[in-house]
Amino acid sequence: MAEFKLNTPLTDEDIAQLKAGDVVFLSGHIYSARDAAHKKLIDLLDAGKELPFDLKGAAVYYVGPSPAPPGRPIGSAGPTTSYRMDSYAPRLHSLGLKATIGKGKRNDETRKAMEDHTAVYFGATGGAGALLSNSIVDSKVIAFDDLGPEAVREMTVKDFPLLVINDCHGGELYAVPDRKAAGIE
Amino acid sequence: MRTIKTPEIIDAVAAMCIKANTELPDDVRAKFEEAMAKETSESAKEVLRQLLENADLAMETKLPLCQDCGLAVFFVEVGDDVRIEGNLREAINEGTRKGYADGFLRKSACDPFTRVNTGDGTPAIIHLDFTPGDKLKIFYMAKGGGSENMSRATMLAPAQGWEGIKEYVVNRVAEAGPNPCPPTIIGIGIGGTFEHAAKIAKKSLIRRLDDTHPDPEIAAKEQELEEAINKLGIGPMGLGGSTTVLSVKMSVEPCHLASLPLAVNVQCHSQRHEEVEL
Ligand code: SF4
Repeated sequence: MAEFKLNTPLTDEDIAQLKAGDVVFLSGHIYSARDAAHKKLIDLLDAGKELPFDLKGAAVYYVGPSPAPPGRPIGSAGPTTSYRMDSYAPRLHSLGLKATIGKGKRNDETRKAMEDHTAVYFGATGGAGALLSNSIVDSKVIAFDDLGPEAVREMTVKDFPLLVINDCHGGELYAVPDRKAAGIE
Repeated sequence: MRTIKTPEIIDAVAAMCIKANTELPDDVRAKFEEAMAKETSESAKEVLRQLLENADLAMETKLPLCQDCGLAVFFVEVGDDVRIEGNLREAINEGTRKGYADGFLRKSACDPFTRVNTGDGTPAIIHLDFTPGDKLKIFYMAKGGGSENMSRATMLAPAQGWEGIKEYVVNRVAEAGPNPCPPTIIGIGIGGTFEHAAKIAKKSLIRRLDDTHPDPEIAAKEQELEEAINKLGIGPMGLGGSTTVLSVKMSVEPCHLASLPLAVNVQCHSQRHEEVEL
């Protein structure tokens, strides 16, 4: 397992070298979007309109942060469960999205889209929102302000700690449940 | 008759919401430390290390432990000799509003169809019960969506018995995999009716993680499930390891002759709970 320091926008070369289990410290701009924002992004694409950020080389963080208290750029900001965005992810990958950040399993279509379009799925530690917010140095809402915690934010991150869960070669890090050992098979 | 005025309830509820979301309860911390000592997997240890660091940081900065500050769930026990001056339900909702606003907690309640956020963290989910005495006891739990989504209820056939229950529960945890932020706490409700099984499954989660069920037979079943689930090897955040659950808590009540209701309420490691007695 290797360690990498990467910057956004991400290139195909950045992604191709990554293997499931690698640790990545990501810096640059990442974009927050979760359920409601994804629906709106797809509506914009369907209407042939421009998205609030450039998908080429982008990293999207599945997060709905808590409100920023005075003196901090953002509140607590850990990942949300990713499978809920699986119905949108393949289309975004086909348009240049290079990385998603979340927690939990992805479906077959999303994993295939990552292989087809040289993209990666990073895991961040769920429930460590206070700790992860320490790597977010700036944050501003760039679209869908009415969605509150679900608005699209441009976040500036510095050495954001990530783990490669799905690489673009079909590799996956999650443990396969041992049903036999647990006595249910 | 003792009279309790609603401003006292509002302040107590608001304080509980803030404290639970920013200070990892001592029973949960102890379980993390215990797991850390037992785990042999490096990735498991690293996740647990991050969770402990996260708890220290939340305590210091007053940032919420997790950005998902949950739906506010309350179990309330009203003493028979207590009179509430004002409306208890409204007081709890008002306390929730205040706590979620003052504590910079995320408001996560929305309309199921339009998905528009209610904006203030309410309505809270409130379960009322009555007990002897002149006290008002309120339990609060911040229930995150990621783990709640992995919960299920089912109506087994009586013939399926304990083996059927065990298979269903362990399978549920296996299928949930990394999604609910393991290591989890599994609340199980067996018996009652369809909705009652789900309610007592949730109520099981207000127990302290280090307690033992007073009925030795049920305590043994909890232990049996905990061991079986941990053999799945899902581990912290699904990266592998021997800590898939921190604890299994079970509530058992009589049911209909024809039924065996079973509910599995999955709670994440961010087990934010508080209680107060007024
Ligand atoms: S499952 Fe729990 S720890 Fe994980 S993101 Fe949701 S509330 Fe936070």
